[in-house]
Amino acid sequence: MTENTNVNAGTASQATTVPAVKATQVHKAFGSLHVLKGVDLTVMPGTVTVILGPSGSGKSTFLRLINQLETLTGGSIEVDGEMIGYKEVDKGGQKVLQTLDDKEVARQRSKLGMVFQRFNLFPHMTALENVMEAPVHVKHESKSKAREEAVKELQRVGLGERLDYYPSQLSGGQQQRVAIARALAMHPDIMLFDEPTSALDPELVGEVLNVMRSLADAGMTMICVTHEIGFAREVADQIVFMDGGVVVEKGGPEIIDHPTEPRFKDFLQHVL
Amino acid sequence: MAAKTTKDGEGLNIPNRINALPVKRPGPVVAGVIVAFLAVMLVYGMVTNERFEWDVVWKYLFNENVLAGIGWTLWITVLSMVIAIVLAVLLAVMRKSINPVLRGVSWFFIWFFRGTPVYTQLVFWGLFSVLVPKLGLGIPFTSIEFWSVDSQNVVTAFRAAVIGLALNEAAYLSEIVRAGLEAVDPGQAEAAEALGMRRSLIMRRIILPQAMRIIIPPTGNETIGMLKTTSLVLAVPFTLDLQFATNAIANRIYKPIPLLIVACFWYLLITSILMVLQSRLEKYFGKGFDARPADAKGKRAPYDPKYPGKSEGEPKDDVNKMNQATFTGLTA
Repeated sequence: MTENTNVNAGTASQATTVPAVKATQVHKAFGSLHVLKGVDLTVMPGTVTVILGPSGSGKSTFLRLINQLETLTGGSIEVDGEMIGYKEVDKGGQKVLQTLDDKEVARQRSKLGMVFQRFNLFPHMTALENVMEAPVHVKHESKSKAREEAVKELQRVGLGERLDYYPSQLSGGQQQRVAIARALAMHPDIMLFDEPTSALDPELVGEVLNVMRSLADAGMTMICVTHEIGFAREVADQIVFMDGGVVVEKGGPEIIDHPTEPRFKDFLQHVL
Repeated sequence: MAAKTTKDGEGLNIPNRINALPVKRPGPVVAGVIVAFLAVMLVYGMVTNERFEWDVVWKYLFNENVLAGIGWTLWITVLSMVIAIVLAVLLAVMRKSINPVLRGVSWFFIWFFRGTPVYTQLVFWGLFSVLVPKLGLGIPFTSIEFWSVDSQNVVTAFRAAVIGLALNEAAYLSEIVRAGLEAVDPGQAEAAEALGMRRSLIMRRIILPQAMRIIIPPTGNETIGMLKTTSLVLAVPFTLDLQFATNAIANRIYKPIPLLIVACFWYLLITSILMVLQSRLEKYFGKGFDARPADAKGKRAPYDPKYPGKSEGEPKDDVNKMNQATFTGLTA
């Protein structure tokens, strides 16, 4: 709770570009387990940030915090210049934080699209219905319009032929591409990828990375937690290496080939 | 014997096809003969034993009181199940609520209605108008009353029967619903949240439809149970249902056994119909969970040459998924 002094929610009048995501001294604890110990990270719009790190380094947790699937224990995260999860209110002349209600949280989340390691497609709906679900029931778009857009999104990820297939009838790679289309259908400003290829058979990883690559080329702001070093080197504008709940090294894609921190060097030796 | 009709690889050119003789199993044959023999004896006994009085069975099978009894029994079953299902979903959602008062109320309801015999509850509902003679609208704890009505006219025997059965059933069903809700992968709710869906919408669109797949089979079971539990409504007393109707005739003509057979016949027939309905429902809510869709028209995945070796409907990620599910907590 020490870092709230420099939080200026919603100052759009600033001359410089507002970061898409700005994390300031983020702490997260599950019970007595201190997972994140002060993470700072700034992601500018239109850039791709890849977060690398061993299991248990807190990188997935960090991603989930941005999307409010977990609640912050300390520090703050801003998305498009707006503090997430809380708002500042006056209480007896003192500024304190108040938790946002469901509606506000849902609104903030709508700026973010998320892709999960295990796809999490809705198994009782076809690919098309999966993609249409949120536009119809959250944005209240007409079914015909949502359908039209959903078909477009599915075509974009190369699944125009698989509209009426249920997730159980699709390969892992196809399922993950549907999941990406589902997230894109809400027109998010930022896409979060939580190890999107870790649950895939090796021969299916490429098709998902290709979709992500073309998304990056189209200028989407992306934060990816992944173990795909090749993808990181090729696509990322910013590489973040996390270990033990802190950012150990941060820089451009060149740091993959020229790491300075011994822990990062050690990690790269194991994955490359 | 397996129910396979075609041999593996029929029509394929397998030069060294094995046509081995099956293992000798005398056991099943012997058992089959014995069971068949016993079954024939049973049927023979039933047909020839004149105390079954099949002519009386036949005479009263379509008796108008019996047919009316079927109608009432079905009506009570359907009504009380519908009320019970709605209540059960409500109770289950309350049980998982973040509000401790709602959780407590739900817990108490289940504790009470599951913890006392349904027969006793039905007697209570029958006595409701004795307990509470008047139902009214007014200011609580004062004598001011705007409107009131004799509870005798509100809680009729039929309504008492339906309410009694429904409340009791809701307590059981809510545990079934809760189990169904808890069986849905938490990743489903997360994905829905990430799409900006709110709690109630997630429950209605994502969790409940998936939970239905788990809830339907035991609910079908409960419906069949309810059909037969309606025979207890004489505790209210409600006296028009199938069991009471056949029993009344039996008492009148002093022939209990043929009329028990009449009742059994109808209960069995209705149960059989319910079983068919249940399997239809299971298929409907199972869509997407089976590799083969419920309505196979045009939705069957054809062989995809892009992934040789990955044939249609192969459960590609089952094992992976399970492993991932196990380890997902560790990779946070």
